Amino acid sequence: MSFGREHDLHKRRKGRNLGLGLVLIGFVGIMFGLTVVKVTEGQFAEALAGVSRSE
Amino acid sequence: MSEVSLHKLYSDEPEFGDFFSLLKPRVMSLVVFTAIAGLLTAPGNIHPFVAFVSIVFIALGGGASGALNMWYDADIDGIMSRTKSRPVPAGKISANDAKYIGVVLSTISVVMLGLASNWLAAFLLAFTIFFYVIVYTIWLKRATPQNIVIGGAAGAFPPIIGWVVVTGNIGFESILMFALIFVWTPPHFWSLALFMKNDYDSAKVPMLTVTNGRRSTRNHIFVYSLILAFVALSIGLSSLSGPVYLLIALVLNIHLLVSAFKLRARSENDSVDDNSLTERKFFKFSLLYLFFHFGAIMVETKTNIPWPGV
Repeated sequence: MSFGREHDLHKRRKGRNLGLGLVLIGFVGIMFGLTVVKVTEGQFAEALAGVSRSE
Repeated sequence: MSEVSLHKLYSDEPEFGDFFSLLKPRVMSLVVFTAIAGLLTAPGNIHPFVAFVSIVFIALGGGASGALNMWYDADIDGIMSRTKSRPVPAGKISANDAKYIGVVLSTISVVMLGLASNWLAAFLLAFTIFFYVIVYTIWLKRATPQNIVIGGAAGAFPPIIGWVVVTGNIGFESILMFALIFVWTPPHFWSLALFMKNDYDSAKVPMLTVTNGRRSTRNHIFVYSLILAFVALSIGLSSLSGPVYLLIALVLNIHLLVSAFKLRARSENDSVDDNSLTERKFFKFSLLYLFFHFGAIMVETKTNIPWPGV
């Protein structure tokens, strides 16, 4: 087995792992951003600020 | 293991791009574009990040149905020259893996769209995936020459989903956008079938060219182009329209009808002589046709350009 061929295999796997890593980071970013948006706008934010209790 | 078989093993190892092409990126781009059109034309406001996330998961749902299509069609994809380099028939990704990826991504996309926007939009996305995979791919594609006519509905849903993301209900205008894609799909794919010649015959897919012959397909393209022009110009009377849309629609639909007429008038010898040049041109034009109609709709609803003299 030559090292050159192994290197090609590892390059493909590295590319795949990098791609998957970026997808996962993107997903975490989306979940975080969505949470911030949902928490800071609408009824949820009002509930947190105690709007309904003070009325 | 010999060096040759080792090399084969290495070259079959999938890259990240193979998984991406499993999601049919070209189809996804059409899904994204028309879903954005639905989202932008819908009345009401939506947080830009929610809009972005919704489009991402609508695209992912479209991609997931593409992966499930490649799982089920692995056998015929390997026969047709247009599809044999797809990751499953090329041996990069197994059909079973494509199925699991499709199911997982379908679930993620539907649940995430529901959480990001609303559950009607999520239901419609789930229905679109069901329609494309079960109704079109599994039931219709190998059973009837009407496969592309009925199955075209799957590709027509994204603008409705985009609209529902903003409004929470299905508006009349979103149904008009659905109708435009629905009627556009058959002549688009039949023109492809005309110049892919033996692909569908070899795979025994009952496309119109196989069941009814090429002459009948040309007639069908002409009739559907008439219906398409009627739908596109009718949108000109709706609230989606304005001077820009009407002008663009008029020019494009005159060109569509002239092209469809030329296509209908051609004999098979003409087609052989110029390597289906007119058929290829019609196919490419149909892509631009849809792009410019939806582009004009988006321009109209976002800029409110007044009618001349008003």
